[in-house]
Amino acid sequence: MSRTGLLAKGALLALLGAFLLAPQRFAGLLRPFAPGDTAPIYTQTPLLTLTVNHLLLVAVATLAASVLAIGFAVAATRPAGRDVLPFARALANLGQTFPPVAVLALAVPVFGFGPLPTLVALVLYGLLPIFETTLTGLEGLDPALMEAARGMGLTDRQRLVQVELPLALPMILAGIRLSAVIGLATATIGSTVAASTLGEVIISGLLTGNTAYVLQGGLVVSALAILIDAAFHILEQGAAQRTGLRS
Amino acid sequence: MQDPMIELAGISRVFGDRAVVSDVNLRVEAGAVLTVVGTSGSGKTTLLRMINRLVEPSAGTARIAGRDIRAVAPHVLRRGIGYAIQGHGLFPHRTVAENIAVVPRLLGWDRRRIDARVDALLGLFNLDPAAYRDRLPAALSGGEQQRIGVARALAAEPPILLMDEPFGALDPIIRRQAQADLRAIQRRTGTTIVLVTHDMDEALRLGDRIAVMDRGRLVQEADPAALIAAPATPFVGALLGGGDRAFQLMALRVVDDLVEAGPAPGAPIPAGTSVRAALAESLWSQRPALPVSRDGVLLGRVTRAALEAQGARP
Repeated sequence: MSRTGLLAKGALLALLGAFLLAPQRFAGLLRPFAPGDTAPIYTQTPLLTLTVNHLLLVAVATLAASVLAIGFAVAATRPAGRDVLPFARALANLGQTFPPVAVLALAVPVFGFGPLPTLVALVLYGLLPIFETTLTGLEGLDPALMEAARGMGLTDRQRLVQVELPLALPMILAGIRLSAVIGLATATIGSTVAASTLGEVIISGLLTGNTAYVLQGGLVVSALAILIDAAFHILEQGAAQRTGLRS
Repeated sequence: MQDPMIELAGISRVFGDRAVVSDVNLRVEAGAVLTVVGTSGSGKTTLLRMINRLVEPSAGTARIAGRDIRAVAPHVLRRGIGYAIQGHGLFPHRTVAENIAVVPRLLGWDRRRIDARVDALLGLFNLDPAAYRDRLPAALSGGEQQRIGVARALAAEPPILLMDEPFGALDPIIRRQAQADLRAIQRRTGTTIVLVTHDMDEALRLGDRIAVMDRGRLVQEADPAALIAAPATPFVGALLGGGDRAFQLMALRVVDDLVEAGPAPGAPIPAGTSVRAALAESLWSQRPALPVSRDGVLLGRVTRAALEAQGARP
């Protein structure tokens, strides 16, 4: 990332922090978007609490999606796991194409209201990017390298842990980044089934015709998405340098 | 009689309905270099890979120092056998030192022993340990990468080294140097080497014995001079290149045994020069005889007639 890019991201982080810690200071800015005498800042639940809950939900969902998707991709690239590949791919594709709203509707009768249906929807939705990039990363390794690793006496597990995963790490991180960013936006719909997310602010704004709420909810989510995307980019660059393939 | 280091008995490999290696019998004595030469698709690489069980034979037995190699788990067997391939196969995310240390680490060597071994190997390959230890493979030249690849294969002091076209990716000058280095190191360590190549010149230069593979069969196994003198099949003759046999033979021999007393003009050639190089020098400088010296001491002379006689059919 360029120096100016880094500075811009730093400024964004500072601004977001300032807003979340003391939202009332920004009331003047949002005033023109609130109808009549209604409050320009959402106060039902503190915005900081909603942001933390939102991030936790996405973090848990992304972690679970990562474990599952990387597991599938590893299994699918083992000689014994060739049969898993079509199944894993079908599952990941289904998760991605099935609308999260529909997943919520189906999950509520099973899990009830609250964060759990949202978690299920986010995990399913997040599988595909991680699965596909991990698969690409593992399958794109130099066959001569794998041959050498085998010839030197590394066991299958040692090859996976010491050679394959470290070399595929930049690709895997790219998948997790995509999944996390998509999840961040998607998590807002969780508030329709009573999950505590920033969606609560947006939905409240829509119900009461308060554009200020919609704006602050939407802007916080997009700021988070930009910052997380940037953080993963930095991680990916570090990982790519560690692989020695790019300098 | 002592067991050979490597013994292949009636070994075959079938992929689908295609016999890639058919009923090969081979012995490699301890400390010898066997080069396996053939065109692509001749089965030479598959033959090599059956020695460290990267490929399992369909029939036949492979023994190392008298022991059937199926007696140990494949990964344990491979840790005891050096393996170097074309394009070196170095781990791009590991430093030079970490790459060399792969097998010693698998074998559980302690840290100090590994560090000492890494430095000793870098020295053996004329690379300054302090300058090279912490570099990543991407920061090395092709020739350096190849040397690290061979150093890595030798790291755990294996009695056997298997090499699959190890110099195939190098340009001709570096290749010559790498071949000479390998011979010098092999003489010092006494490692038994099986080296696969498609290049007959390389096979002749490096091998104590040469095995020629053609469509999965071993068609001839002989020492270099015998192979040049009497190719068993037209295919072996074709690999040898037909017309140059006299020069190939001369390239194998050195002038030392041809030295006689007597004067000769001009600068002396060193003992150990090949007959071929000496003849070329004699023709080039238009001298019918050349003085020969060792470490600056004049030994005598070698005549062009004596050199020429070395090119005759044995």
